[in-house]
Amino acid sequence: MTPDDAGGHPLALWPAAASLNAHEVDHLILGFTVVTLLLTVPIFVGITYFALRYRVGRAADRRHGEGRDVRIELLWMLIPFALTLGFFLWGAMIFNTEVNPPADAMQIEAIGRQWMWKFEHPGGQAEINDLHVPARQDIKINMISQDVIHSLYVPALRVQMETLPDRYTQLWFKADRPGVYRLYCSEYCGTDHSKMDGELTVMSPADFAKWLVQAGSTQSLAAVGARLYVAYGCGGCHDAKSGIAPSLAGLYGSAVRLAGGSTVVADDTWLRGKILNPDSDPVAGYRQVMPSFHGVLKEDDLTHIVAYIRSLQEPTQ
Amino acid sequence: MSPSDAVMRDPGTPRPTLDRPADYLHEEHTLRSWFFSTDHKRIGLLYLASITAFFVLGAIAAGLVRLALIVPNGQIFTSDTYNRLFTMHGVIMVWFFLIPSIPSTFGNFLLPLMIGAKDVAFPRLNLLSWYIFMTGALFTMITLVIGGVDTGWTFYAPFSTTFSNSYVIPALIGVIVVGFSSILTGLNFVVTVHKMRCPGMTWFRMPIFVWTLYATSLIFLLATPVITIALILLVMERAFGIGIFDPRLGGDPVLFEHLFWFYSHPAVYIMVLPGMGVITELVAAFSAKKVFGYRFVAYASIALASVTFLVWGHHMFVNGQSQLASTVFSLLSFAVAVPSAVKVYNWTATIHKGSIRLDTPMLYAMGYIGLFVLGGLTGLFLATLAIDAHLHDTYFVVAHFHYIMVGGTMLAFLGGLHYWWPKFTGRMYPESWGRVGAALIFIGFNVTFFPQFILGYLGMPRRYHVYPPEFQLLNIMSSAGATILAVGYFFPMTYLIWSLWYGRKAPANPWNAKGLEWTTTSPPPAHNFTITPIVDFEPYDYPNQAPEIV
Repeated sequence: MTPDDAGGHPLALWPAAASLNAHEVDHLILGFTVVTLLLTVPIFVGITYFALRYRVGRAADRRHGEGRDVRIELLWMLIPFALTLGFFLWGAMIFNTEVNPPADAMQIEAIGRQWMWKFEHPGGQAEINDLHVPARQDIKINMISQDVIHSLYVPALRVQMETLPDRYTQLWFKADRPGVYRLYCSEYCGTDHSKMDGELTVMSPADFAKWLVQAGSTQSLAAVGARLYVAYGCGGCHDAKSGIAPSLAGLYGSAVRLAGGSTVVADDTWLRGKILNPDSDPVAGYRQVMPSFHGVLKEDDLTHIVAYIRSLQEPTQ
Repeated sequence: MSPSDAVMRDPGTPRPTLDRPADYLHEEHTLRSWFFSTDHKRIGLLYLASITAFFVLGAIAAGLVRLALIVPNGQIFTSDTYNRLFTMHGVIMVWFFLIPSIPSTFGNFLLPLMIGAKDVAFPRLNLLSWYIFMTGALFTMITLVIGGVDTGWTFYAPFSTTFSNSYVIPALIGVIVVGFSSILTGLNFVVTVHKMRCPGMTWFRMPIFVWTLYATSLIFLLATPVITIALILLVMERAFGIGIFDPRLGGDPVLFEHLFWFYSHPAVYIMVLPGMGVITELVAAFSAKKVFGYRFVAYASIALASVTFLVWGHHMFVNGQSQLASTVFSLLSFAVAVPSAVKVYNWTATIHKGSIRLDTPMLYAMGYIGLFVLGGLTGLFLATLAIDAHLHDTYFVVAHFHYIMVGGTMLAFLGGLHYWWPKFTGRMYPESWGRVGAALIFIGFNVTFFPQFILGYLGMPRRYHVYPPEFQLLNIMSSAGATILAVGYFFPMTYLIWSLWYGRKAPANPWNAKGLEWTTTSPPPAHNFTITPIVDFEPYDYPNQAPEIV
């Protein structure tokens, strides 16, 4: 199936827009283009006209003042600047929405590696390179790289975000038009960088529910994480009754006081970092006895354990 | 008679042979007299020959990239070959052509002439700079011969330090070494401008080109050490496993992005500012008119060199940088538009009511203004947060910076080369061939790069060897344009070399231009001026035109 990005048309000059955000970005760039033309066409016309009008040998009134006019300099500095500042603000406002995912967005885990994407749905359904999502629902992709820097880019949504090897980054969107759109890795990552692409399929919620069933999964990501939690014996210290280490219940998203006196929010990146490097920035009130799981847990495992810890704060658990 | 003529020798008068010193080209003909010359003019020509050779190499790589992209399925080369081609294109064009292009050739040749000096402040250091440049070039050539490098010119870690299977370290050494050449040239120019100006050459009597060289030299001095350090750290991590950027070794990959762009954004102005200086000279000379708003244009150069240090974060809007930082960087990037607009509007106003001659250099200057404006404003698009979130790392960015680098710097370089060619060589180039070449380059450039704006907006990521079939038509257009551009480049390369032997002998001042470089012979004597000039006139003191009513 040909994706719907350009309608499959080789002469398409405008990409498909699958979200409200995409339409807003289009309006922004169209508006900016109009203002740009207003500012530049006079220059282009002026230069061409002057070059011909005042060409050597042509009769023309060439008298001009000697002094420089400060007012005209200030005018052509400030007016274009003020005009363009409006677009700075407009862009910053859209960006504000783009980078702050709604709290209740459905979270999909993504891992980038040379040269493929792995997506995991909360229910445990996994996909390689392709991603299925329901329309008209906030989707947050929580992603991390296993090797070099990648970047997840969906032109039809007009958003991208780098996928870094040491911290989680988020990309969120709400697609409102069911269809198939291309997704790419946009940060150069080596030999098959240009083959690290796939398709984003936006489905009606009913179709998506059916797809989830067909895709099949035996257990949710949190359940996989819980199994790892048991298998690696984390509970020995982290179970609420042990007292050796902080309990993990309700930890996710809370403020943690560190031995150094500062506090930090226990987000995905911090939790992952603690599992890999427990010695750095110990938590206040506990003796640091945790071993490092660096090289023990794979990136997928880390994502699953963090998903388990996240599930412990959700009211349903 | 303008005041300046009072202190100048009339170039038209033939002088007794005994009195006339041999010019710098004919004083001595040995290889030694070129390779160990401390004459800034000869060193300028050494750079001109070296960077032209690198330009040809970089252009061949670009041509092969465009060849590969004619088909969407990547059949022509392997992906590894393709990745090496675009990396070599970037590394060579940025560090071995664009950065040294105008400062090292025209800057070296013209800076002392324009301020009435015999040479730069440190002539031997100047020669050393060229040898350092060539040492860096040697490492780059070695890299190329043994198999190339595939990191992209941006060398992002941890790909460059841990994952790439190409010859990253020799390539890095090449770039590190060539940085020292930039630093020493910058140092030399700063001291030259401060200490070597002839009597009467006050700061505000300096040509704008000297102002832009001065601003550029400050960037050389302040920014280049940062990339040197960052690249040395890359070598440390790749060669010795010292963890700085790779998280597996305890490093932070975003740190490299910061260090890299802290240099590489100012580096854009290393490439752009001297071009702006050249264009100002051309516009004034071919309009026979004072530069409109001279002081504003001069201050704008310094402003650009300063603000450019504060905008590096606009390369990192989508790497998880804090929203506050991104917003501040976006706003500061908009501020860069102000001094850039000053330049463009003042050029336009200079042309207004001038006496315009549409010779080849002026054609390049007019082409430059158009392309620079387009490149600059699409830069503002990319500085807009929400637009960048879509267009970052797409062909829109590729088109944008080629409008600045090729449409800007390259056209300024070619315009300046034609303008000062008589001064460099003592020969005129053939005017009509010059105009045809300029037109072909302008058309070829636009056909190559305008489709890339559309490709980018459609969402084609950059550095893609294999791409979706719906992008093929625009890619073929772009490749066709590159062919026209290549034919265009052949014109000046051929007729300029031809003119060395067959060109008409140039008078001292073929353009009736103002500026001290035109008061000495073409080519100048070894010590530039027989009598030290004394300046008691304003820059660009073209007479105000009497009304011509016919």
